[in-house]
Amino acid sequence: MKMRRVVAIAYKEALQIWRDPRSLAIALFLPFMQMALLGYGVSLDVRHVPLCVFDQERSQLSRELVNRFTASGWFDTVHLVDSDNAVRKAIDSNVCRAVVIIPVDFSRVLNVTGQASVQAIFDGTDANTTNIATGYVNGIVAQASADFKRRWAAARGLGQTKVDQVDLRSRAWFNEGLDSRNFIIPGVVAIIMASVGAQLTSLTISREWERGTMEQLISTPVTAMEVMLGKLVPYFAIALADAIFCLLVAVYWFEVPFRGSLATLAVTTALFAVVVLGIGYLLSVRIRSQLGASQVALILTLLPTTMLSGYTFPIDQMPAAVQAVTFLVYARYYVSILRDVFLKGSPIEDLAAPVLALVIFTAAIGYLAATAFRKRLD
Amino acid sequence: MSSIAFEGDVPAVQVVDLTKRFGAFTAVDRVSLSIGKGEIVGFIGPNGAGKSTTIRMLCGLLHPSSGRAWVGGFDVGREPEKVRAHIGYMSQKFSLYDDLTVWENLRFFAGMYHVRRQDLSDRLAAAVAMAGLRGRENSLVGTLAAGWKQRLALGCAILHRPPVLFLDEPTSGVEPEARRRFWDFIHELAGQGVTVLVSTHYMDEAEYCNRIALINAGRLIAIGSPGELRQQRLGGELFELACQPLGAALAAIRAIPEVVDAAIFGDRLHILLREGQAVPDFALLLQAEGIQAMPAHRIAASLEDVFVQLVSHEQGAHP
Repeated sequence: MKMRRVVAIAYKEALQIWRDPRSLAIALFLPFMQMALLGYGVSLDVRHVPLCVFDQERSQLSRELVNRFTASGWFDTVHLVDSDNAVRKAIDSNVCRAVVIIPVDFSRVLNVTGQASVQAIFDGTDANTTNIATGYVNGIVAQASADFKRRWAAARGLGQTKVDQVDLRSRAWFNEGLDSRNFIIPGVVAIIMASVGAQLTSLTISREWERGTMEQLISTPVTAMEVMLGKLVPYFAIALADAIFCLLVAVYWFEVPFRGSLATLAVTTALFAVVVLGIGYLLSVRIRSQLGASQVALILTLLPTTMLSGYTFPIDQMPAAVQAVTFLVYARYYVSILRDVFLKGSPIEDLAAPVLALVIFTAAIGYLAATAFRKRLD
Repeated sequence: MSSIAFEGDVPAVQVVDLTKRFGAFTAVDRVSLSIGKGEIVGFIGPNGAGKSTTIRMLCGLLHPSSGRAWVGGFDVGREPEKVRAHIGYMSQKFSLYDDLTVWENLRFFAGMYHVRRQDLSDRLAAAVAMAGLRGRENSLVGTLAAGWKQRLALGCAILHRPPVLFLDEPTSGVEPEARRRFWDFIHELAGQGVTVLVSTHYMDEAEYCNRIALINAGRLIAIGSPGELRQQRLGGELFELACQPLGAALAAIRAIPEVVDAAIFGDRLHILLREGQAVPDFALLLQAEGIQAMPAHRIAASLEDVFVQLVSHEQGAHP
């Protein structure tokens, strides 16, 4: 292998990328756009659920309960309605997704028994939001009734210990605010690299076939290995630059905590870059049209990485057959590495399994890519 | 000029029964020929005759279905990489990088051919001068006219000073003046000992070659110098006849016993008459059939006449 040829191809490829608006757009604009879309658009948190309240009692206590809903931040613009009819109408017209009905005897029951209940009605069309919102309603009502109870007990001169013996305080480690963004954004970096990397290299060989330059190139003594290395070098640089960009945005813009080591991040990111670029290169060699290769690259990378990498949908909750398939989704290893490095600060030895998997993928894809290209027209 | 010398009398290109089949279609059918050092051999034949396929096999770009070929002493089927180090190739379609400049293309191919560093600046300068692109080194190749592109492609193909050069229709789409200059340069290379195999469908360009290989339907039907082919291959005397309508006249002429063959050439007929026969009065014979005709006159055979004659002969022999 001659280094000079590798350098000559890398330089030529870099010039062509620089002069090709399509490649430049994929390299520079796509990561930016995806980061914005996925970073802001995808959130598993439920906030600002529009809520209606039918306060049948209108007492001091019931108003306090309503205030707690407004103050929680989970619910938004609380409308007050005054009839069962209006409740139905509010749900049907999508004015609100949840209705809390405070019964007319709310304070009285509370004062007599120390227990009070409210009725909550949810729009069940979005099951996920409903589930989470139900939890919020329960939490707020439970907290309120505990407070009311404490006051009720104090007013009757009962000891506090009798009423509130257990005070449960749960704490989530590594993502204290249970902020789904902290969980998602590191995965977004993997998605962007997987799709952009494969897109870029999917054009590189097919472009030469389409423009007729391949015939001249393969009539020279250049070897398949030199072609592959030379072509991948500039894209590797772009993929790393994109990764750095995304990681910086994750840490400084989305404020995802970064607790791990940069070296671990660098090594695993480089391995992942080789895998995704190799996939695109393989497709480009096999499918001799730019459009075909980039379409297949898009389908092959974007869908499996978003659905099966564990980036949004937890792998351990998938059916066993689907879980088995995810072992082939190389992005899942990088997604789990990123999360652990970001949120847990895991040292590389704790990441042995996913790192080893990435190394195996790098070797396999590298081998396939190096042997796929034939200097033949037939 | 050539840094790699061939040993003894080894021909620069040796082809034995070379065959290429694509499925049921035989593109190249048992072609055999031998080309000496410094020779310019022209592949002449219609589109689809198998010229490009043959050249691609000789460059190691297509694997022969059967038969063998050696270029510079290396077997094209078994040692294609060694062949590639010793050849320059210009494919039929212009195939430099349009989005690179003249200079960037040259630098790139110099890298691919691994031109030694001490030779690099001389070779690049020579290529720019040969292509007539001095002062336009920084122009994007996509902006150049066809004639310049083609000479730049040739410049790229000879950066490593290959002893054998394969040029596949290098002058198609190039204006006559540029074509002539191109051929001057080919002769210069041949004078330096470079062996050139060039395909073309311009019959007039055949005259520039030392030898011509006539190819039709994948078969090599004749090979020789232009003079040899004209004199020996025709086997008769050639006459030209202006007449109207051509189709009816052709049928009538072919019916004359002394006529070996006749064919339409543009707006007239070329008639091949058996050697040593009295020349019939064609005009009179045709008038009897109601066909207008000028008196026939004897002409020197062109390569096209030879080609047409050979093809019709071939078709008779291999229906």
